[in-house]
Amino acid sequence: MMNEFILLRHRQIPDLDQLEVYRQHGGFEAFQNAVTAMNPNDVTQEVKASGLRGRGGAGFPTGLKWTFIDNENWPHYVVANADESEPGTFKDREIMEGNPFQFLEGVALTAYAIQATEAYIYLRGEFWQIAASLDQQIEELEAAGLLGEKIFDTDFSLRIFTHLGAGAYLCGEETALLESMEGKLGQPRLRPPFPPSYGLYGKPTVVNNVETLTNVPYIITRGADWYTSIGTEKSTGPKIFSLSGRVNKPGNYELPLGTTFRELIFEHGGGIPDGREIKAIMAAGASSSLIIANEEALDTPMDYESVPNVGADLGSASVIVIDDTVSIDWVLYKTLHFFSHESCGKCTPCREGIYWMRHIIDRIHQDEASWSDVELLNEVAYQIKGKCLCALGEFAIEAVTSGIERFESDFRAKAAEISSEG
Amino acid sequence: MIAEKYAAEIEIILAKYPPDQKRSAVMALLYLAQRDGGYVTKGDMVEISEILGITPTEVASIVGFYTLYHDQPEGVIRIQVCNDLPCALRGADEFLEKLCENLGIQVGETTPDGLVTIEAVMCLAACDKAPMFQVQSADGLSYYEDQTVSSALEVVETLRKQDAS
Ligand SMILES: Cc1cc2nc3c(=O)[nH]c(=O)nc-3n(C[C@H](O)[C@H](O)[C@H](O)COP(=O)(O)O)c2cc1C
Ligand code: SF4
Ligand code: FES
Repeated sequence: MMNEFILLRHRQIPDLDQLEVYRQHGGFEAFQNAVTAMNPNDVTQEVKASGLRGRGGAGFPTGLKWTFIDNENWPHYVVANADESEPGTFKDREIMEGNPFQFLEGVALTAYAIQATEAYIYLRGEFWQIAASLDQQIEELEAAGLLGEKIFDTDFSLRIFTHLGAGAYLCGEETALLESMEGKLGQPRLRPPFPPSYGLYGKPTVVNNVETLTNVPYIITRGADWYTSIGTEKSTGPKIFSLSGRVNKPGNYELPLGTTFRELIFEHGGGIPDGREIKAIMAAGASSSLIIANEEALDTPMDYESVPNVGADLGSASVIVIDDTVSIDWVLYKTLHFFSHESCGKCTPCREGIYWMRHIIDRIHQDEASWSDVELLNEVAYQIKGKCLCALGEFAIEAVTSGIERFESDFRAKAAEISSEG
Repeated sequence: MIAEKYAAEIEIILAKYPPDQKRSAVMALLYLAQRDGGYVTKGDMVEISEILGITPTEVASIVGFYTLYHDQPEGVIRIQVCNDLPCALRGADEFLEKLCENLGIQVGETTPDGLVTIEAVMCLAACDKAPMFQVQSADGLSYYEDQTVSSALEVVETLRKQDAS
């Protein structure tokens, strides 16, 4: 068990959202040290050596991404992804509300590493109060000489701006986010090229999640060796697990990567209410496949390499707990309504496929379908697979295909009810 | 005319982006117009298109794409209950149903006095504090978390009174 918070430090240090307090606890020393005593490339190399992987869902190695920045094309941009819209995810919000300066210091260090003089924070529209606080905190940093022109009397200048989205889950996808920032519809771009070569305004851009960036100051202060001592060999560092659903104590838990589902759900989360049994787990919000919550699954370490052993991905580590009072067809009903609301309609398999899946699940949910409808649902899902422009289409079928395969009896029961009535 | 009324704010917004990328300011300018009038009018869209050097149709397509912009006047107070999967696992559907029952309307409807609209929305990043809702009104958005039907009804009453005064 970790006894010191690295990300959710505001839980241990009161008023950490005050710049003075943050600086009393070592705040902006990493940034000062980097800008005055380190090459930008040294910062990138340290982050690379730390093994830090993106916390926004894809788990891509952060330092490696920074090395892809095209140094033939300028200016460079950093964009912090604060869109946080995956159902079951509420960690970036807590970081920005409780420990905003560590996040901002992470943005600043990243900008120094890739020599960006402008950084943007893209927040979901509902976070407008957080954006207003960040604006004020950025002003304080400028007044303190920690942002702005010629920081610490060096040649490095940096400004940070907030940008509010307006209610579209898809804008969390990094290229849709960049389109949205450019004042266009928030629809994904064809990739490649990837943002480090063609990003905001066509310029080399690093897009990182809020939690990812909040790790960076510690990596620079304490070093990659220290960081790799937390977590597992391939999944280093701490992670915030957003725990929701049928647990006694839902909330954010900062734990080392590699902590088991059992420890999170039963020790920290206080187990399942009303003495019920755990039935299924979604590890990456609504975009997850459904894990059968048997003993093997519960003992699985939550890290990037182990979760695939139980047929799922860690993603953003938004752990949704489902107990035995819930029928899995209802879970699919919920996730498909979400994805049909959020599909942008740019490509046919996603647009049409999700539309049909939603209609079929509505019928199943309203007890109007038979087993052949369940089979049809499964078929439509497989037809979408691998044919979409962005990952949203793939996310939408995760729960469907895994749910029908792994919880077939729930669907059989539903179909049997109908045939016995009919 | 938002251009005159909010000249200083518009300048601050435009300064965030490179001079040749003014279009990036469209979202912020739409928020400004919506804050002013409760919803975005055709006139606002024309004005914003002129400020940014794009067409009114382009501005209108942005308004249509994002759920937080409105181009019609609606219930003054929009109660948006999250009933997405994680919240629903903690009773959000029952909460929504009872709340509607108490107000005598269905999801998506507005109370006869035209003041309160109830909507169901997707995850608001507050899943551990369900049942929860956000209120969208002329004052912007605010979250109400760990709610019960009676606490929610109190919120509605308070907002109604505020609106009447
Ligand atoms: C449909 C969709 C939604 C996404 N939503 C988010 C989000 O809300 N926040 C986020 O950080 N990443 C989100 N991502 C992942 C981003 O595309 C991108 O991988 C991430 O911002 C990179 O940062 P990281 O490497 O630090 O994780 C989403 C991806 C997809 C396909
Ligand atoms: S996969 Fe879906 S969300 Fe993604 S671009 Fe295609 S239609 Fe839009
Ligand atoms: S599911 Fe309701 S806030 Fe996340």
